[in-house]
Amino acid sequence: MALDLRICHLYPDLLNLYGDRGNITTLAQRARWRGVAVEVTEVPVGTPLRAAEYDLFFIGGGEDRQQVLAAGDLQQGKGGALREAVEEGATLLAVCGGYQLMGRYYRPAEGEDLPGISLLDLATQHPGKRRPRLIGNIVIRWDPPPAGAPPTLVGFENHGGRTVLGSAAHPLGQVVAGFGNNGEDRTEGAAYRNAYGTYLHGPLLPKNPWFADHLIMLALRRRHGEVELAPLDDQIEAQAHEAAVRRAR
Amino acid sequence: MTDLRLGAGILAGRLSAALIRALGAGGATTMPGRVARAVAPDLLARLGRRLMRGSVLITGTNGKTTTARLLTGILGRAGWRSIHNRAGANLPAGIAAALLAHSALDGQVRGDVGVFEVDEAALPLVVESLRPRVLVLGNLFRDQLDRYGEIDLVADRWRDALRRLEADALVIYNADDPLVADVARDFPAARTFGIADSSVRRGEALEHAADGRYCYRCGVPYRYEAVFLGHLGAYRCDSCGTARPLLTVAADNVRLRGITGSVFTLTTPVGRADVTTTLPGLYNVYNIVAAATAALTLGTTLGLVRTVVRDFIPAFGRGEQITIEGHTVYMLLAKNPAGFNEVLRTVLSGARPVVAVIAINDLTADGRDVSWLWDVDFEMLREHCRAAVVTGIRAHDMAVRLKYAGLPEEAITLEPDEERAIHCGIDLLALGEPLYVLPTYTAMLRIRDLLARRGYVRAFWED
Ligand SMILES: [Zn+2]
Repeated sequence: MALDLRICHLYPDLLNLYGDRGNITTLAQRARWRGVAVEVTEVPVGTPLRAAEYDLFFIGGGEDRQQVLAAGDLQQGKGGALREAVEEGATLLAVCGGYQLMGRYYRPAEGEDLPGISLLDLATQHPGKRRPRLIGNIVIRWDPPPAGAPPTLVGFENHGGRTVLGSAAHPLGQVVAGFGNNGEDRTEGAAYRNAYGTYLHGPLLPKNPWFADHLIMLALRRRHGEVELAPLDDQIEAQAHEAAVRRAR
Repeated sequence: MTDLRLGAGILAGRLSAALIRALGAGGATTMPGRVARAVAPDLLARLGRRLMRGSVLITGTNGKTTTARLLTGILGRAGWRSIHNRAGANLPAGIAAALLAHSALDGQVRGDVGVFEVDEAALPLVVESLRPRVLVLGNLFRDQLDRYGEIDLVADRWRDALRRLEADALVIYNADDPLVADVARDFPAARTFGIADSSVRRGEALEHAADGRYCYRCGVPYRYEAVFLGHLGAYRCDSCGTARPLLTVAADNVRLRGITGSVFTLTTPVGRADVTTTLPGLYNVYNIVAAATAALTLGTTLGLVRTVVRDFIPAFGRGEQITIEGHTVYMLLAKNPAGFNEVLRTVLSGARPVVAVIAINDLTADGRDVSWLWDVDFEMLREHCRAAVVTGIRAHDMAVRLKYAGLPEEAITLEPDEERAIHCGIDLLALGEPLYVLPTYTAMLRIRDLLARRGYVRAFWED
C-alpha cells in the first residue's frame, strides 16, 4: 500500500522569519524521495483548522506584530484542535515564536501577557530590553536520540524571551554550545508525546536530517503502522551539520 | 569644543589614514574616522556644517551604494564637488573618514555637497550629526536579523530619524514600499518615487518571504494591483483605504533586457525622458529613479540625469563585469532574500541555462545567521542553471539548499575555497559563455580582493 503524509503548515505568511519554509521543504522532499506521497496544506489566520486531516503540524517564528496576530487566531479554536490532535498521537514541530505560543503564556517586557495554547508545559518571559537577546549558533545533545541517529542537533537561535519548562515537558536536549531555553539551565526545547518545540532555526531540519526522518516516521506510524524509511545519501547534509558544529565553537 | 580639538581630530585621523596606506593594510575607509572621532567626538557635525550645499543621506536595505554613486555622478556632471563614502563604509566612522579625506587641518572642507550612504540602523545618529538637506529612503527588506532585529525596529529608527530632521529638510521615499511609505507619508516636505508601469509586475501575489503584507493601521493584508519586487508594488488596504501615495517621479514603459540593463521613461514634474542603462534588473530601475528624484530636487536638469545614467558603469560587485580568460564574469552582490530573488530573476532571464558561482559567508557584515538562504527562491535554478559552484564559509549550507531546491547533485560542485571555485566555474564554461558570481557582502570583498591581486579588477578603495 502506498504511504501518504499530510502536513499542515500553520501561518506560513505570518510566521516565516528564519527560513522556516526550509523545514517543510525538507520534510516533503525526504518523504517523497522514499516514495511517500506528500500533501502540504497551508492554514493561515482566519481559516478553520480541521486537525483530523493532518499527520504532522508545523508552526514557525515571526516578528512581534505577527506573533500577536497568530496568538489571537490560535485562541479562536485552532489551539484546542492542536492540543486534541497531539493527545491523539499527531506529530508537531514548533520553532522559535511558534514554540513560545505552544506554552502557557509569553510575558513581554511591558504590556499584557500573550496567551499560549498550553500544549507544552512551559512559560516564556522577556527579561526586559536591557538584557541581551540570545543570538548565535547553537549545538545541543539530543536527549535521548532515536536509535541509530547521531546525538547532536545544530541550528541558530535568536530570541529575547527566556523559556522555563514545567514538569510535564521534557527538554529536547542539553546545550553543548549556545544558550538554549533561557541561557541558564542548559536545557533546550521541549518534548511531549510526539510534539516538539525548539529555538533552533537555521532552519532546523535540513542540517539535522535524522530529526526530519524521526518526525516523518512518527507521523506515518499513526495511520500506517510500523514503517521503515529507506536510507538516503545524506553526505551533503552531514557535512553541513559538521561545518555548523565547528562554526558554533 | 575648540577648533584646536577639531584640528587635532583631523590630524589624528589623517595620520592614521596615511599609516594604514603605508602599511598596505587596505583602503583606510573606516579606521581614520574612528580615530578622529575619538579625539573630536563632534567632528562629523562640524565638518558636515562646512559643506556649502549640505548633505544628502541615502539609506535602505538594498541599493544604497548604487543610488549614491549615481547621484554623485549626476552632481559631478553638474559641476558640484561631492564628498562621498564610495567604498560603502556607511557607519558614522566611515562617513567621518570620507569627510576627513577632504578636510584641511583648520576644518575647511574641500567639497560642495556630501552624498553619503548610511546604514539603516545608524540613520538617527547620522541625521542628528549631519543635519541633512535631503534624506532618501529606498526600501526595507528583512536583512541580517541577528544584527538589525525585526524590520519593524528598523522602521521605528527611521521614524526617529525623521523627527530629528530640520524643518527645511526634504524626504524622498519609495512609495511602492508600504513599510517605507508608512514611515514617511506624513512628513510635510516629502517627494515620492516608484514604478508606474504595471506591465513589469510579477503578479498580484507576494513571494514567500515578503515583508510588510499587513496594513500598519488595521492589520489586514494589503491588496496588490501589482507586485514589482519583494513587497514593493501598487497596494491598497481595503479596510482603511491606505494606499500607495502618488508618485512624484516614476519609471514608465519599462523594458528589462536581462543582464544587459533596461530602458524606461522617466516621468517627472519637469518633463519626461527616455532613459537607457546598463544596470541590470528592476531593482536598479528603482535605484535610478531614486537618484534622479534627488538630483532633480537639488536642481540638476533631466538631460544631465539621462546622460549620466546612460554612461554609468556598474561597479564594485553590483553587476560589475570582469574579463577572465576571455570570459565575461558578472559579479552581482546578493545579500538578502528580496535582493537575491531579483538577482536570480535577472541572471536567469536569458534563453540558455547558466553557470553560477554562489559564495556564502556568515561574518558579521553578512549576518551570522544563514537561515535566510531558505527564503530565497533557488527553485528558479532548476530549469535555468546547468551548473552551480558553491563556495565561502557556508558553502555546505548552500549545497544543501540547492539539493532541496531540486537541482541534481551532479549539477552542484562544492568548493569552499573562493579562488578555486571561480576557476572551477570558468572551467565549466563553453566558448564565449559568461559566468555569474553571486556573493554575499564579505564574500564579494574577498573575491574582489583575490581578483585584484591577479590584476583583473582594481582594489575597492581605488574604484
Ligand atoms: Zn488599513
